[in-house]
Amino acid sequence: MMRLSWFNVVSLTFGFAFLYIPMIILVIFSFNESKLVTVWAGFSTQWYGELFRNEAFLNAAWVTLKVAVFSSTLATVLGTMAAYVLVRGGRFMGRTLFSGMIYAPLVMPEVITGLSLLLLFIGIGLDRGVLTVVLAHTTFSMCYVSVVVSSRLVTFDRSLEEAALDLGCSPMDAFRLVTLPIIAPAVISGWLLAFTLSLDDLVIASFTTGPSATTLPIKIFSAVRLGVSPEINALSTIMIGIVTVGVITASLISKQNLVRQRKEEQLAVRAQ
Amino acid sequence: MRRFALIAVPYVWLLLLFLIPFVIVLKISLSDTALAIPPYTPTFDWSDIGAFFRELDFENFVWLTQDDLYWKAYLSSLQIALLSTAFTLLIGYPIAYGMARAPEEWRPTLMMLVILPFWTSFLIRVYAWMGILSNEGFLNQFLLWTGLISEPLTILNTNIAVYIGIVYTYLPFMILPIYAALDRMDGSLIEAAEDLGCSRLLAFWLVTIPLSRNGMIAGCFLVFIPALGEFVIPSLLGGSGTLMIGKVLWEEFFSNRDWPVASAVAVVLLLILVIPIVLFQRNQQKQAEAEQ
Repeated sequence: MMRLSWFNVVSLTFGFAFLYIPMIILVIFSFNESKLVTVWAGFSTQWYGELFRNEAFLNAAWVTLKVAVFSSTLATVLGTMAAYVLVRGGRFMGRTLFSGMIYAPLVMPEVITGLSLLLLFIGIGLDRGVLTVVLAHTTFSMCYVSVVVSSRLVTFDRSLEEAALDLGCSPMDAFRLVTLPIIAPAVISGWLLAFTLSLDDLVIASFTTGPSATTLPIKIFSAVRLGVSPEINALSTIMIGIVTVGVITASLISKQNLVRQRKEEQLAVRAQ
Repeated sequence: MRRFALIAVPYVWLLLLFLIPFVIVLKISLSDTALAIPPYTPTFDWSDIGAFFRELDFENFVWLTQDDLYWKAYLSSLQIALLSTAFTLLIGYPIAYGMARAPEEWRPTLMMLVILPFWTSFLIRVYAWMGILSNEGFLNQFLLWTGLISEPLTILNTNIAVYIGIVYTYLPFMILPIYAALDRMDGSLIEAAEDLGCSRLLAFWLVTIPLSRNGMIAGCFLVFIPALGEFVIPSLLGGSGTLMIGKVLWEEFFSNRDWPVASAVAVVLLLILVIPIVLFQRNQQKQAEAEQ
């Protein structure tokens, strides 16, 4: 087995310090009593209190959550359909264009996506607000969902679906009873990815929203432009906390599943 | 019938909300500035296609070449994206290498530690550096405390801060593909090279680097492509002297409210991006074929 050299240890230490120290500083200073964010003046949770009394932030958080739930759910449905069409759909007219439209948004600069959608919404006279942001977010995140789901669809054994069809399932039933349970983890991680992308997005939301629907990133951005503020640190800490708990839980669950799967495989081998 | 619906729903969605908007951007980039001042609403009169085409002209693109601002912004975006991609590679490779050589039972945890920042809000990660790099920030306080400098360095609102921001936020995109390539590598190849008389460094150079080449290429594209059109990092960490095309487009649209020029800027940016995107796709395809 290979051993870690001193060089490996140093690069890992510095690398992870580089990745984590900025966020740790951010979290620590959200509990600072002073308004000056760089001078420590004692422990306090007052900024969290102010944050929860700040109506503008709460409203923005609510709008963001609504947009994220609707757009990620819609994106998961559309993205899964798109993945299924790409992997199992066979040949149809305009397939190249279709796969191009799936992959292009992944590499498109956000400013261009945002600008083009805004011009469309104005062109068709759609009032900008929650609906337009949901449409915009769904469009780019369905592509991410479709990439995640299609990578799972490619690796799974097609004969399982064929067996279901041979045994008298309709294609719809075969999808519901066989395919969906197998690709479910990928669908769920696709949904989570779409959800976080929507929560995070500043640029596309700025272009496609109207005055009635300010999302949290837009609010944070306009506050942050004026400089560092302890309230934003508190808000960031809450968001970092949620993500950390989510990612750790997800990885623990997938680890448990892996262990269970291995056990079942071992049992199956022994039973033979 | 059902198959048709399955194909048609996502297809039509993307046509309406991805492709058609681009056609509109193209159309507006070719129309006159005066016509598109808000609240002007472009109407699409399909009955008179001839008039539609007569209206188009390349004035806005000519304007992009005449005003220094634009081509300087394109060049400086290219420079910033290229250099920060190189820095990200130099910093990311040793980390990925260390991860691949770490004991097996550590690897899932290390992986998770690399992925975790990726799930954390991009905006927050950029914001975190504002408090570190400012004149009274932690970096300056630390350097003053160690006595390395006697006056605070101005880092925030300069290009250096933009480089730091890009390297920091895109580092996971570099680490993951390189780690994946190194992880697949057969360790006995190194042993064979050493048995045949290679020094460790030479074995690394002759065996490890070529075998992780595809990972490095993928990582570089994953950093370079989004960095080129970056908006948040230059606008929060950069200063008034930081020229990046994403920022120029934003200002053209929101501050100057010049939609045709903003659209023209977008079209040119897209044309520049086509090259690395096609190269990236080709690299991915080659890799997929090699694996089969």
